[in-house]
Amino acid sequence: MMQGRIHSLESFGTVDGPGTRFVVFVQGCPMRCAYCHNPDTWSMTGGTMMEPAEIFEQYRRNEAFYKNGGITVTGGEPLMQVDFLIDLFTIAKVENVHTCIDSSGIAFKPDNQPFIEKLDELMKLTDLVMLDIKHIDPEKHKELTAQPNEGILAFAAYLNEKHVDMWIRHVVVPGITDDEKYLYQLGYFIGQFSNLKALDVLPYHTMGETKYKKLGMSYKLAGVPAMDKDKVVEKKQVILDGIRARRAENTQE
Amino acid sequence: MRPEWKDFVGGKWENEVNVRDFIQRNYHPYEGDESFLAEATQNTKDLWQMVLDLQKQEREAGGVLDMDTKVVSTITSHGPGYLDKSKETIVGFQTDKPFKRSFQPYGGIRMAEKACSDNGYEVDPEISEFFSTHRKTHNAGCFDAYNAEMRACRSAHIITGLPDAYGRGRIIGDYRRVALYGIDRLIEDKQAQKDSTGRVMTDDVIRLREEISEQIVALKLMKEMAASYGCDISKPATNVQEAIQATYFGYLCSVKEQNGAAMSLGRTSTFLDCYAERDLANGTFTEQQIQEFVDHFIMKLRCVKFARTPEYNQIFAGDPVWVTESLGGVGVDGRPMVTKMSFRYLHTLTNLGPSPEPNLTVLWSTRLPENWKKYCAKMSIQTSSIQYENDDLMRVTHGDDYGIACCVSSMVIGKEMQFFGARANLAKCLLYALNGGVDEVTKKQVGPKYRPVVGDVLDFDDVYSKFIDMMEWQADVYVNTLNIIHYMHDKYCYERAEMALHDRDVKRYFATGVAGLSIVADSLSAIKYAKVEAIRDEDGIIVDFKTTGDFPKYGNDDDRVDSIAQEVVHKFMTAIRRHHTYRNGVPTTSILTITSNVTYGKATGNTPDGRKKGQPFAPGANPMHGRDTHGAVASLSSVSKLPFNDAQDGISNTFTIIPGALGKEDQVFAGDIELDLNK
Repeated sequence: MMQGRIHSLESFGTVDGPGTRFVVFVQGCPMRCAYCHNPDTWSMTGGTMMEPAEIFEQYRRNEAFYKNGGITVTGGEPLMQVDFLIDLFTIAKVENVHTCIDSSGIAFKPDNQPFIEKLDELMKLTDLVMLDIKHIDPEKHKELTAQPNEGILAFAAYLNEKHVDMWIRHVVVPGITDDEKYLYQLGYFIGQFSNLKALDVLPYHTMGETKYKKLGMSYKLAGVPAMDKDKVVEKKQVILDGIRARRAENTQE
Repeated sequence: MRPEWKDFVGGKWENEVNVRDFIQRNYHPYEGDESFLAEATQNTKDLWQMVLDLQKQEREAGGVLDMDTKVVSTITSHGPGYLDKSKETIVGFQTDKPFKRSFQPYGGIRMAEKACSDNGYEVDPEISEFFSTHRKTHNAGCFDAYNAEMRACRSAHIITGLPDAYGRGRIIGDYRRVALYGIDRLIEDKQAQKDSTGRVMTDDVIRLREEISEQIVALKLMKEMAASYGCDISKPATNVQEAIQATYFGYLCSVKEQNGAAMSLGRTSTFLDCYAERDLANGTFTEQQIQEFVDHFIMKLRCVKFARTPEYNQIFAGDPVWVTESLGGVGVDGRPMVTKMSFRYLHTLTNLGPSPEPNLTVLWSTRLPENWKKYCAKMSIQTSSIQYENDDLMRVTHGDDYGIACCVSSMVIGKEMQFFGARANLAKCLLYALNGGVDEVTKKQVGPKYRPVVGDVLDFDDVYSKFIDMMEWQADVYVNTLNIIHYMHDKYCYERAEMALHDRDVKRYFATGVAGLSIVADSLSAIKYAKVEAIRDEDGIIVDFKTTGDFPKYGNDDDRVDSIAQEVVHKFMTAIRRHHTYRNGVPTTSILTITSNVTYGKATGNTPDGRKKGQPFAPGANPMHGRDTHGAVASLSSVSKLPFNDAQDGISNTFTIIPGALGKEDQVFAGDIELDLNK
């Protein structure tokens, strides 16, 4: 069995996929999103090495709570540890547990054949991928996360091809990711995928800031206010408009 | 069949006092949603505004608006009181006007005097003299019988919150009987009970005969009191308004005569729904009218008040009455007991706004109708005013006609009652075990002079065996103190109104309780898995601890420490069970200090888990604050391992979570995108 590098385990996840979920936070992420509220999971070292069976046992002890939920692996970036995920989800699928990966898609490398083979295997064991698209525009994406977004968008297409259910998550940060032009583009882009099951629009909050202070790190978004919840509802509508437009086109074709 | 019962399905309940049988044959489970509910009427809004104004005046007056200082409260001591007679569909206050607190000296005259003087009122000297010289109170009786050890334990707070100076509460009359049968029939029944007692006049038989006589007097007074409001409750109720009114009058009599630590209502909603369904079918009332009756009923329950001292309010964190009403649950035949009336009760939180009283308690089962579950969740999010209890767990023991007294004490309505017994401070007991019975705060020898712990590093086996020995002693003095308390309460402060609405032979739970369980579990875990050194003062008393290394903490689903908590509960209960209990009460224990944990903490020194002297205990069976680091499910899982068989009076876990963390807000989260796009 491949051990996982684990940051922490949360027994009562209510916002990371359908139902009440057992959430595994993995350690290590190549992204450096300015608003990341888990900067303590960035480092590729540290964390605790754990056996998949050991983690699943913790799920199993309290499975009564997860009847309408399942297991979500988030992080950190789960797809940095595909071998571990395959082992964990293999056990989970024996017991018919709903499996979910919360990913930025950054680890997706379409040209890396060995990686794709493993990913194909993992996707057979995965019920849902929550893909967090930080920004639809390549340049803006780089500014925000220090990484390109081509692979991420390709990952969405890959999931569609593999018929893996997908939720798109998008954090709306005032002045950074709330430009309606790009929100519409985002909707237009994801509107083409038939595996898209839900859209999760998250208002930016400032609760992560104290964590940076504790870790002695500077916070790039210092001074940016939290996103107004009512405005987020409007922004969500813009993304939905984009989706509708794309779907309408596809129907006409 | 009697004319008042027309259209009801008959059965055993016609020939014997058996409300459960009536409910089971006549209630209609409701699986629909809340869309049928009616808004508050103008009258309701006007009346509620008057209550809000009174609440404001009361706050401005420093907490009490008016108090009786001369008239001893009985069922008929006061004439009728109203907010606005022309608008009230359900009537009745404890005294002759709303928000005037009644004078109830039978629990103890000094407490009653203090409740007045602390609020700026003075008891009539003649009354004080009467209850000090001519009529003994419960409190005086207890202190006549206490021995020196009991008094020492009481002042050292190793046994705390004892109901020896105030009403014990926790008894729920079956107030529904007043509605279903009418007072005349209940008096006949009680008379027959009196005639059926044993002929050999033992203490027990004499006491029972005297009590039944008291109950009959109470029933006659109930009728008289109702008549003063222009209501005749001698016969069965003929419609839902009368049924609610009669049920409320039954309850009102109990709060006129008892200032108990918890004065709960029972399980009335599904019973009353039988009347509502009949009235809706016959066109007697509209949904709007029925909701108005319910709103006015709940409004009255929100106005129940007692004269209490600031100290009492400190123990209970406010001025609670614990008008607990149990809603929903599932019947033993598998049918959910949710009716439209269950919805109407919760709907008062919308029509009148959120409120801690009455304590609306949903008996939760996985088999409840989905629409009801959703409505409960919605109302919880909107109002934070609903309590939940595990029906699937309690139904096994109590069937489907039990109710909750106070916050978690379950009892079959009209058939079981409880002798409330406050609690034993287990954290302090652990410190007594270390110090050979010497109190760590007062330095007095309170417990037995057992051998104290010697050496600097605490050894688990040594400490644990000493703790178990000390707990045996604690249980002994605790049960015996309670035996005195309940003997005296029955003698000098008997709950005649509530007991008149019980069967002749009731099952009495002899309730005990523990405080500080998570402190004991974590302390023992620290001693077992880390290194704990004792720090002694100049007298050689252990007053502090130095802990090196980490240890498993209760609240993380870790069996190493959770098993300690389980075993402590079991051992405590075993020790309690060894003793004779007053009136053959069935011993139970609870782990439920929801508010008094702050007070207990103040009286307890440093503990080996790292808690400092004076710091609050965790409430109930909660893990200590901040020590549960694996999320809510792991925390709940630790609590759920505690054995219900050994803590049948209830295990509470106080759980606070920000609404956003309970799931997505539907406005932000689109959910199934296909559905959303079609809108």
